[in-house]
Amino acid sequence: MSSVSLTVNGKAVTADIDPRTLLVQYLRDSLRLTGTHVGCDTSQCGACVVHLDGQAVKACTVLTVQCEGREVTTIEGLASGGALHPMQAAFREHHGLQCGYCTPGMIMTAVDLVRRKGHALDEHTIRHELEGNICRCTGYHNIVKAIGAGAAAMAGGPQQAAAE
Amino acid sequence: MYAFAYHHPTSLKEAAGLLAKDADAKIVAGGHTLLPTMKQRLAAPGSLVDLARVPDLAGIERTPRAVTIGAMATHAMVADSAEIREAIPALTELAALIGDPAVRHRGTIGGSVANNDPAADYPAACLALGATIGTNKRKIAAEDYFTGLFETALEEGEIVTSVSFPIPHKAAYEKFRNPASRYALVGVFVAKRPSDIRVTVTGAGSNGVFRWTEAEEALAKRFSPKSLDGLSASPANLNSDLHADAAYRAHLIGVMARRAVQKAADR
Repeated sequence: MSSVSLTVNGKAVTADIDPRTLLVQYLRDSLRLTGTHVGCDTSQCGACVVHLDGQAVKACTVLTVQCEGREVTTIEGLASGGALHPMQAAFREHHGLQCGYCTPGMIMTAVDLVRRKGHALDEHTIRHELEGNICRCTGYHNIVKAIGAGAAAMAGGPQQAAAE
Repeated sequence: MYAFAYHHPTSLKEAAGLLAKDADAKIVAGGHTLLPTMKQRLAAPGSLVDLARVPDLAGIERTPRAVTIGAMATHAMVADSAEIREAIPALTELAALIGDPAVRHRGTIGGSVANNDPAADYPAACLALGATIGTNKRKIAAEDYFTGLFETALEEGEIVTSVSFPIPHKAAYEKFRNPASRYALVGVFVAKRPSDIRVTVTGAGSNGVFRWTEAEEALAKRFSPKSLDGLSASPANLNSDLHADAAYRAHLIGVMARRAVQKAADR
């Protein structure tokens, strides 16, 4: 067993765990943060994307012990004080989901995308940047729309939704 | 995944000591090849030695003649580096084609060259640019470093610390990706260096990365995609699998090489 201390959604946590424990297992099974999903378990599908020190990573391919002293944000950590994060609100507004399984990973990837590429995202950029997230329902059209609107909303700018 | 002991040394010396103590130990950098391999039980190291907390392994340094990248620099760090883009834009473009954004936040250049996957991108850049692989023990020329399928000149317990790329006159990388894995079905790196021209191929060779010398000779006369007209790579010693047979890979090598030469010539 190994001892590990990290911050998850702003709260300090310490655990004594088997070094094999994947970050996604720790989040789901120990912390009961089940918003982070396991899809392929082979770092392809993106259902398990969380932020590690602010960067999108696939939690199925990170050991919990590798997160010592680091900050993890999951889908549960995006909303503040009962208000949805602008990207979450945009996914709801634009119905950026069908079955919903890929949605947490899509949203975490989208928030990371805005961090890296800014608030004015064209469709080509969004589609290209989603190469590591698979929607098995093939509901990409509304996901792309939601991300464009969510990115603009994160800047506090006018939501595309309002114009449509 | 089988059980293992986890170590997180804070110096190269400590890391080397841990590797010497356990013959079944493996180094973990970004873990994006090793962890999936361990999940499939294709690797079962007795212990993992994580380099993440060894300081000064992720720097990027540019001198007038070379760009030196620390082994723990992630693909995202290389892809986003303005210094590298200015000196060797082909290298930032190559890094941006590896995996996907989340994978690029974890995967490292050191891990890639240490693993020497026959479909990895960096080996093509290393061999074409005449890179030097730095370790905790010595410096190894790329020509002597990539020795075969998942094989390198690294000795037991030797740790890659940096990769140094001489700055070429012009270079470009063109990759035909497997759409599912995003690994190179065929990747061709073309470099016009002060001393010679090199054309390297990854993803296709059954022994890993190799130089396409016929193309190099043709381009030495004139650096233009036209110089490769009528020239085709031999399908002998190329991989055949469910993704592509050797003849198709041989064809792709010609197509990717011409595109890469055009892109480099336009720079």
